[in-house]
Amino acid sequence: MHMKSICLYFQVHQPYRLSAYRFFDIGIHQQYFDEYANRFIMQQVAEKCYLPANKILLSLIREYGGDFRVSFSISGIALEQFEKYSPAVLSSFQELAATSSVEFLSETWAHSLASLKSKKEFETQVRMHEKKTREYFGQKPVTFRNTELVYSNDIGNLVYDLGYRTLLTEGAKHILGWKSPNMLYCSAANPKLKLLLKNFRLSDDIAFRFSDRSWKEWPLTSEKFIDWIKGAGPKEELINLFMDYETFGEHHWVETGIFDFLKAFPRQVIDDPGLGFRTPAELSETLQPVAGLHIPYPISWADEERDITAWLGNELQDEAFDKLYSLEQKIRDLGDDELKRQWRYLQTSDHFYYMCTKWFSDGDVHKYFNPYNSPYDAFINYMNVLSDLSLRIEKRHRSKA
Amino acid sequence: MFGWEFPPHISGGLGTACFGLSKALLKTGVELLFVVPKLYGDEEPGSVRLIDASDVEVDVSDSIYRTHQDKITFMEIDSTLLPYSSEEEYFRLVEQLESGTTLEQLNLDTRRFHFAGGYGKNLMEEVHRYAIVASAIGREQEFDLVHAHDWLTYMAGVEASRVSGKPLVVHMHATEFDRSGDNINHRVFEIEKAGMEAADIVIAVSDLTRNVVINRYGISPGKVITVHNGVEPPVSSQPMKINKGLDGKIVTFLGRITFQKGPEYFIEAAHKVLQKLPDVHFVMAGSGDLLPSMIRRVAKLGMASRFHFTGFLKGDDVDKMFGMSDVYVMPSVSEPFGISPLEAMRSNVPVIISRQSGVAEVLHHALKIDYWDVDAMADAIYGLLQYPSLSKMFRNYGKTEVESIKWDQAGNKVKDIYHQLLSG
Repeated sequence: MHMKSICLYFQVHQPYRLSAYRFFDIGIHQQYFDEYANRFIMQQVAEKCYLPANKILLSLIREYGGDFRVSFSISGIALEQFEKYSPAVLSSFQELAATSSVEFLSETWAHSLASLKSKKEFETQVRMHEKKTREYFGQKPVTFRNTELVYSNDIGNLVYDLGYRTLLTEGAKHILGWKSPNMLYCSAANPKLKLLLKNFRLSDDIAFRFSDRSWKEWPLTSEKFIDWIKGAGPKEELINLFMDYETFGEHHWVETGIFDFLKAFPRQVIDDPGLGFRTPAELSETLQPVAGLHIPYPISWADEERDITAWLGNELQDEAFDKLYSLEQKIRDLGDDELKRQWRYLQTSDHFYYMCTKWFSDGDVHKYFNPYNSPYDAFINYMNVLSDLSLRIEKRHRSKA
Repeated sequence: MFGWEFPPHISGGLGTACFGLSKALLKTGVELLFVVPKLYGDEEPGSVRLIDASDVEVDVSDSIYRTHQDKITFMEIDSTLLPYSSEEEYFRLVEQLESGTTLEQLNLDTRRFHFAGGYGKNLMEEVHRYAIVASAIGREQEFDLVHAHDWLTYMAGVEASRVSGKPLVVHMHATEFDRSGDNINHRVFEIEKAGMEAADIVIAVSDLTRNVVINRYGISPGKVITVHNGVEPPVSSQPMKINKGLDGKIVTFLGRITFQKGPEYFIEAAHKVLQKLPDVHFVMAGSGDLLPSMIRRVAKLGMASRFHFTGFLKGDDVDKMFGMSDVYVMPSVSEPFGISPLEAMRSNVPVIISRQSGVAEVLHHALKIDYWDVDAMADAIYGLLQYPSLSKMFRNYGKTEVESIKWDQAGNKVKDIYHQLLSG
């Protein structure tokens, strides 16, 4: 019997949230980021999610050795915040890294959307992130996953040029059509780049629906879930379960039984002779792509549309995004580390997500993640900060010239 | 349905709302008898059947007559009773001040009251007489339930419901707290409270008003239902294009300059904005009891060359003002609903509204602030003036949003309430 591989990838990320920065703060002070909120949230999520979940994974790995495998992508600014606010989380990830059952993926350091705007900045941030991954986890990443799984032919080429041969993205219906996400694909524009696609139905059963009592499949047991996995056709050789790590304990609280699921599911997979765990790098090495995918317009893992309109496309987002990247050349010229760092914090995709107006009609999922009352408030606050940064850059630039 | 006014003889929110709701209800198939104290003969013709309370004959031997008549003798008008009005109305009211109900003796036992209508000096007296007439109407007319709008008509509604045994709905468009802050007129408060207690259902025009009804009048939450107002489509759909004589952007406050409208917060926010953006102009349009102190405050802050008072604006001037404005601010301390930001949005002017307004509950494409949060208000003004995409977004979506706030939705909701009452 042919074995099906399950590929677990968890995204770990926390943005630097902005302070309430009024226009009369512009030119006066530079406390852009809400130190208190960032620390508080990081410590809270550490307690509710990162620490208990890592503990479970570590004990599973200790119990099953190489049979249990998992992959993580941790944004650079999440790593930095671990170091500052919750070093215990960082060491628990390091413990996981030391088992050699865990693959750490590559992404942009600032969890940015630079791939859509600046090749140079994108490359810089990928290299920064690689450096951190090596420093903390002793791994040189070989698999890439872009912020929010944003991908297109062009982005594939960028990533390939940086030395990557495997990339994770969304198994969006509109690009797959009748094709199954449960196989290895490659870029039609560059067949040497292999693509692993998120099985969004099964992934979201855990990530979004697990605690939803109005869902007809509630409660989700690992037996039921494994049945669904095995229900995939014989030629479907892999199941990619990609989700935010905060699914465990933060999006679904401990009381929902999510941690019991996290414990039970791997055991049952390992006990089942037809199933096994693989990391993205292992799959890419052992499987042959079944077809090429041509993706001219960027896709992502967000919303029904699976496009980039959660972050870019409305007037607010576009003005903020353009203004942000219009500073790039000057920032480089100045070579000031502090300015660069703050500019990168402002590139984090979350800031643009807060400005999205799509969910005025439908929006619960999004409200949950949004600290602002409205996208307009988010925009004004962000632009005030950006105005100050921009003023400082202009000033420095003039004095230099 | 008991109202106090009907287009075109309206003095602001109440008449417009009653008219909008009546039309929407008729569309759903509800038949309406709309009673007003006085008909002028030039009311909009339409399918609403209007009853002129001044035409109704009243039997003076009735005990209801005596109960109310006894109270009437010592009622006097109090200026805070002038409720919904814009300044325009105020001036009209002054003309009526001397007028009041007159009595026409038909024979020994039968009389007609000729109501002055509006909000005259003998308002409280008229409110009581209206109740007397309502009981006559309650006996004579065929109907399934009674719906009364605001305190002026509550006693009328209660009487009509009592004599007919039909259920009573009272509609709260504005509470005494909205009109008077904490210095309420206790007589009005008591009428409101008694009306709501007697009612089977209380309809509030916003959740904000609903909370006031529950918390300050002690009405049982189970019978208080929010039905947001709608907006009448504009007469002309083209916003006015204006050449402004001033350079620089204009930020506008338009409304009565009274405690309820929060003008002082607008002035403080203007002061903050002017520190950073000296080219902006601020306009305070309207008049009211706080006008002199507002002028003094502006002078004291040394910004009189940037802050302009227009006095009371009417008709076309209001549209012109919107046409000139780059930002409209409604910093109301207490606003049961608040129609003026919708008018601004319809003229493509981005709006900043206080969260202490009912309209904030239905609008997405508006910046919302707490009226006391001058920093947030200033920041919102600055953002709209400085970051072009923000105004662009508002222009793109605001008008469409306003046009989607229809009376039909309110009409359907009220009809459902009627059905529930009649089937339960």
